[in-house]
Amino acid sequence: MALFEARHLHKRFGGHVVLEDISLSVEAGELRGIMGPNGAGKTTCFNVLTGRYKPDGGTVMFDGRDITGLSPREVARCGISRSFQIMNLFDEYSAIDNVVIALPAVRALGWSVLRDLARQSAAYDEAATILQRVGLAGKEGAASRSLSYGERRALEIGVSLAARPKLLFLDEPTAGLGTEGTARLADLVTTLKQQVTIVIIEHDMRFLFALADRVSVIHWGQVIAEDTPANLRANPWVQRSSLGSQTA
Amino acid sequence: MSHSPAPASLLPVPMVCTLVLLASAPLWLDAVGLYQYLAVEIVIWMIFALAHNLLLGQGGMPSFGHGAYFGVGAYAFGLCQQQLGAELLGGLAGALLAAAAAGAVVACFISHRRGIYYALLTIAFGQVMWFVAIKWHAVTGGEDGLLKIARPPLRVAGLEWSLASNEAFYAFVLGVFALVLVFLWRLVHSPWGRVLRAIKQNEMRAAFVGHNVWLYKWSAFVLSAALSGVAGGLFAMAQNSAYPNVMSLHNSGFVVMMVLIGGGLVSFWGPVIGAVVFILTRDLLGAYTDAWLLWYGLVFMAVVLFQPNGIAGMWQVWQAWRRRRAATAAAPKAAAREREA
Repeated sequence: MALFEARHLHKRFGGHVVLEDISLSVEAGELRGIMGPNGAGKTTCFNVLTGRYKPDGGTVMFDGRDITGLSPREVARCGISRSFQIMNLFDEYSAIDNVVIALPAVRALGWSVLRDLARQSAAYDEAATILQRVGLAGKEGAASRSLSYGERRALEIGVSLAARPKLLFLDEPTAGLGTEGTARLADLVTTLKQQVTIVIIEHDMRFLFALADRVSVIHWGQVIAEDTPANLRANPWVQRSSLGSQTA
Repeated sequence: MSHSPAPASLLPVPMVCTLVLLASAPLWLDAVGLYQYLAVEIVIWMIFALAHNLLLGQGGMPSFGHGAYFGVGAYAFGLCQQQLGAELLGGLAGALLAAAAAGAVVACFISHRRGIYYALLTIAFGQVMWFVAIKWHAVTGGEDGLLKIARPPLRVAGLEWSLASNEAFYAFVLGVFALVLVFLWRLVHSPWGRVLRAIKQNEMRAAFVGHNVWLYKWSAFVLSAALSGVAGGLFAMAQNSAYPNVMSLHNSGFVVMMVLIGGGLVSFWGPVIGAVVFILTRDLLGAYTDAWLLWYGLVFMAVVLFQPNGIAGMWQVWQAWRRRRAATAAAPKAAAREREA
């Protein structure tokens, strides 16, 4: 059985249909890529899958459980985490505090009002390990707003990892990164792939095709093709669309 | 290697300074031309401002109708005393619970909002309570309010202290202030307080990492209202009465001005500084001119325009400047040492 399955998702805003009929099925351990032109509904799809918007139709199943229409908080607690295309951090906090706040252990401590969070050294050690995994070792105490763009991108993923997700959604992780930053990110995602099921929305075909096990192409609010990167390159649909030309 | 930041001190320097200064106040108040009752009022406003800043500074929730909960506390103290025969601690518990209950109801209606909508709703609810206080004669005494509220004696373990004199009452108020101060200091450094501050910075992300944002905002409002109610109960004792004016938009505005001038947005201690500055300005400037609020308003505008982080913000800017200067002064020396070596 698939770890994550969306069936016939439908979403409209007023009279504007953004998701016509999306069905996706992701196996545990898989790295799934999602591509498609601007405005195809990729980010809306993520927002529906992670609880930001409720779908107007269809169901979302995760780990054998129906999670359709749950709030972001409830989706997060199921073990689904996401990063954001537009940077979404706790700007006043240091890098390590950003991660600490997202740890399930700290979430569980939330209602103890007289304990000092700084004394929870286990939580800070765990957060430091996560920062190390995303390549931010040595930056623990740096204010998150003082980090470079690439470091903030990495921290964005670190915060998403803090929840120890079973499924990680990454929304255009390479956006705004240079060649070097993208290469470093590819290394990171390759490592993460061993540990967690990942779904990535991405414009950078080279990046996506090198990493993904399978890629779904979304266009006009539907999945128009889904296959391994190798087969997709041969797909006439993909070749004919502007997307294919980039990879040729 | 440990990655934890330094834990919050149990007795931070500003806390010790504040408490020592306030505790010694009766010794030097007369000498500097102030008087005991003024100190009582300043400390009560400090409690109120600290409670308010839990929302504004720590939680980023602009509550502009907070006088309502101060007022509910004042009325509740009076009513508990006059209708139920409650004494000192019973009356204060009544003030705390009544304000918490009022806050709990209001927070249900506003905790999914933020920013300007949040602010407008708090004002609207504050005005509703103010209006009720004026119109519900049978309970609140209407425009006159509740009169002849006594200061009951403090009874602990068979001993009894009268709080009738301003000196004795000041000592009691200071004790309550110390408890509130320590509690809030622990609170803002607890996991709860740190998550609340994260919600202030980015509500959406906090929800996406699994925090119950609504419940945090709701509970912060209830706590803040409860502590405001305690301040209100003390104020009813200070004034020996409770009247609608304490719930007015005026009073709600005062506490916001205290918090902002003091620097509550950037410092835990902002409200403490702000309450002193505000009440002293009112008293000292008020002795010269009835238009003192005009002058205070102008200063307030200048602060908001030029240093939105208030007095605590100025202090932080100065500290940063000193550190920079020390660093630039040290750099040439270090270079010189290297040359010699």
